[in-house]
Amino acid sequence: MNPFRALGAGLLALLHSAGAVTRFALETVFAAVRPPWFGGQLVTQLFRLGFLSLPVVGLTALFTGAALALNIYTGGSRFNAESFVPNIVSLGIVRELGPVIAALMVSGRVSSGIAAEIGAMRATEQIDALHTLATDPMRYLIAPRVIAGVIVLPLLVIVADLIGILGGFAVSVQTLGFDPSVYVKNTVDILERWDVISGLIKAAVFGFLLTLMGCYHGFHAEGGAQGVGRAATNAVVSAAVLIFAANFLLTSLFV
Amino acid sequence: MAADVKIAWKDVTVRFGSKTVLDRFNLEAHEGRSLVVIGGSGVGKSVTIKTALGLIKPNSGKVEIDGRAVKYNREDDPGVAQIGMLFQSGALFDSLPIWKNIAFRLLHAEHMNEEDARERALDALDQVDLARENADKRPGSLSGGMLKRAALARAIVGRPKILFFDEPTTGLDPVTADVINKLIKRQVKHFNATAVSITHDMASMRTIADEVAMIKNGKILWRGPLDGVESCEHPEVCRFVQGRSEG
Repeated sequence: MNPFRALGAGLLALLHSAGAVTRFALETVFAAVRPPWFGGQLVTQLFRLGFLSLPVVGLTALFTGAALALNIYTGGSRFNAESFVPNIVSLGIVRELGPVIAALMVSGRVSSGIAAEIGAMRATEQIDALHTLATDPMRYLIAPRVIAGVIVLPLLVIVADLIGILGGFAVSVQTLGFDPSVYVKNTVDILERWDVISGLIKAAVFGFLLTLMGCYHGFHAEGGAQGVGRAATNAVVSAAVLIFAANFLLTSLFV
Repeated sequence: MAADVKIAWKDVTVRFGSKTVLDRFNLEAHEGRSLVVIGGSGVGKSVTIKTALGLIKPNSGKVEIDGRAVKYNREDDPGVAQIGMLFQSGALFDSLPIWKNIAFRLLHAEHMNEEDARERALDALDQVDLARENADKRPGSLSGGMLKRAALARAIVGRPKILFFDEPTTGLDPVTADVINKLIKRQVKHFNATAVSITHDMASMRTIADEVAMIKNGKILWRGPLDGVESCEHPEVCRFVQGRSEG
């Protein structure tokens, strides 16, 4: 095949996908802001996306905070800057690692789950059945999941921030010999309100993206069980890529 | 007779990529009559129903219910609102108990309170001869025949004017299939509904059809009363119904 033709075909396919995702996102927002709203569905999704993600988010934040403290101590000690460990751990966790780690862990758990669930509903005609029962699937299935993602991710990130800082604190005090009260004071002093808010804005955007990807790939799943599996994989991969891309854009905007 | 046409497919063309599934397809379903659509696999029988449900948008042509064009993907379409549909797989929602599956439209589209909706769902279970103690079970715990009855109950609970049946007896043993066929016939008569069924099951066709249409190459090959099928009015239809590959 002519390489230019292959390149052109690939570019067209990429543009087509981007257009389809954008359209789906706009339809989702439109469905989310117009009644009827399905409150029961939203509560269920808040529980499934939020509460059930707490253990995995908490554990990864704990280990990330602890490892970050050790690394910063190692690097800082090369130019006598060990005392900056609490400052850099708290800033790194709140502005960057808390939102990204939480979003990646939730996307691994939730995006694939949503894609598999909705994909199976597509394969077994349950989505068509919703139409025949005078119910819009965008409102009943998609909007509650995406709204739940936008609400829940910032809450999970608050938890991840606290536990991540706690992980850094525990290692610094227990292993590296930091004074606990000085560590806490430095942590509190360095953080500004905007550091926390910018992290939470990132989290809300990531929550939108990771639930949207799960819904999009599940909703467009084709080809039975194999198609459902493919949808789940594509949901996680595309959510992760979009989270990193959005993180760069938002960080550029916030610095 | 134009006056009693309930559903009309008018020059409907549906293409998937380069494949034309329905090709300037014309068909009418008359009020209070049961039309069974037959044809080989992949000839567009399910697509025919899905265009009437507003699930597939024709590339050209239109489907009319009561003389009004069906809108694509609009759950508030007045034509679609009077439809009950029995899907091939049942398409019951796994996450809901049977009674909430049956009462789904009443609860979510008609905003009926739970108590009244449950009572209507239980009445629907009675109509399809499914014991009320199944109301709180999940679809995963029912047998194939029970699932079909529950799905039929969901299709009729809104007292529809139009009923669609997509392969209603697929995957059922002959005795259960016969029970489902008789239930369908009874419900269509009870609601004086217009019914459109698609099936490969000739026993099913003989039980539920007033009229039969056969699709081939995206068009209606033959259409006529059930008697016309039995008397072999069209050789190809006759061969299909008798399950002969040649002659």
